[in-house]
Amino acid sequence: MTAKETFDRLAAKFPQFPLGYLEGKDTAILVKGENLVGLAQHMRDDEEYDYCSSITGVDYPDRFEVVYHLYSTKKEGGPVILKVHAERENPMLPSVVSIWPTANWQEREVWDLMGIRFSGHPNLTRILMWEGFEGHPLRKDFPGSEDEYIFG
Amino acid sequence: MTQEDTVPPELKRNVFIAPVDWIYNLGRAASVWPVMFGVACCAFEMIVTVTSRFDLARFGMEFLRASPRQSELMIVSGTVTKKMAPQVVRLYDQMPEPKYVLAMGACAISGGPFKDGYNVVPGVDKLLPVNVYVPGCPPRPESLLDAILKLHKQIRAETIRTSPWYRKDADREIPVPEYGPRGLVLPKGDKS
Ligand code: SF4
Repeated sequence: MTAKETFDRLAAKFPQFPLGYLEGKDTAILVKGENLVGLAQHMRDDEEYDYCSSITGVDYPDRFEVVYHLYSTKKEGGPVILKVHAERENPMLPSVVSIWPTANWQEREVWDLMGIRFSGHPNLTRILMWEGFEGHPLRKDFPGSEDEYIFG
Repeated sequence: MTQEDTVPPELKRNVFIAPVDWIYNLGRAASVWPVMFGVACCAFEMIVTVTSRFDLARFGMEFLRASPRQSELMIVSGTVTKKMAPQVVRLYDQMPEPKYVLAMGACAISGGPFKDGYNVVPGVDKLLPVNVYVPGCPPRPESLLDAILKLHKQIRAETIRTSPWYRKDADREIPVPEYGPRGLVLPKGDKS
């Protein structure tokens, strides 16, 4: 099944969630932040996309974007790629940990490195950088770190 | 007093007189034990150097020791991340004197491809005194063997009269870096 067919089917099946179709090198389905958890629930229960393999944050000049890759262990095909936009200032999205437990550490990573908050996450703390680190190093405007070394 | 006076004739063929440095360094250079410690992809080339094909044991290196307290050489085999830096320094501090550091690969030398990253120490020589650098990404086992032979040469050229570690007041403990809000910081109240 092509990505377009998947999209058409999902759009017809879930009229309550307005979806957008993003064409390009990696075709994806654009979801609104407030619809994310509802759609995710259906994707897991009705569509059998039971495995969320990766959650990624992207830093664009005018917005942040979070990308979800969904696979199914029960049927062939995939990934289905969901994209959600978040605001530039104080980006915040609903957490999908309650739907796919694999999202737990991935959302922590996106928060740690990209600074996007996930409301409803059970333990949204840094995962790669240490506690007490300031800033989110994968943001384009991260100023770079300042280190002290004993030898120069 | 000459050699003729001190050595009885029957021992002349059995006793060998040499400077302390020479015999001491020969013994040390022939049994340098590296600590079993790999930080990134270069570690695989280090591991293969110990296997039968390249056989590090030929040079007295035997196994990689599982404890820093039994080692005298630290092969920094790969990228040292800032999160790993305190552990690297702590391991080094636990090694008994005399101790040597071998920076293996572009990452350990300068940070390599990750030099400008927010998370990588740009060269382990920012943290520790390095004796030998091995370029490559990763260096082949032959390069590592060559570097170890170079280290042997360095060891044999040392003299206990000037060695920084062979002194009563020798204190080569390196302060362990700490995590700060903008990167690594030196511990407060350190000597430097
Ligand atoms: S020098 Fe190359 S092979 Fe070695 S740790 Fe760095 S990236 Fe890996």
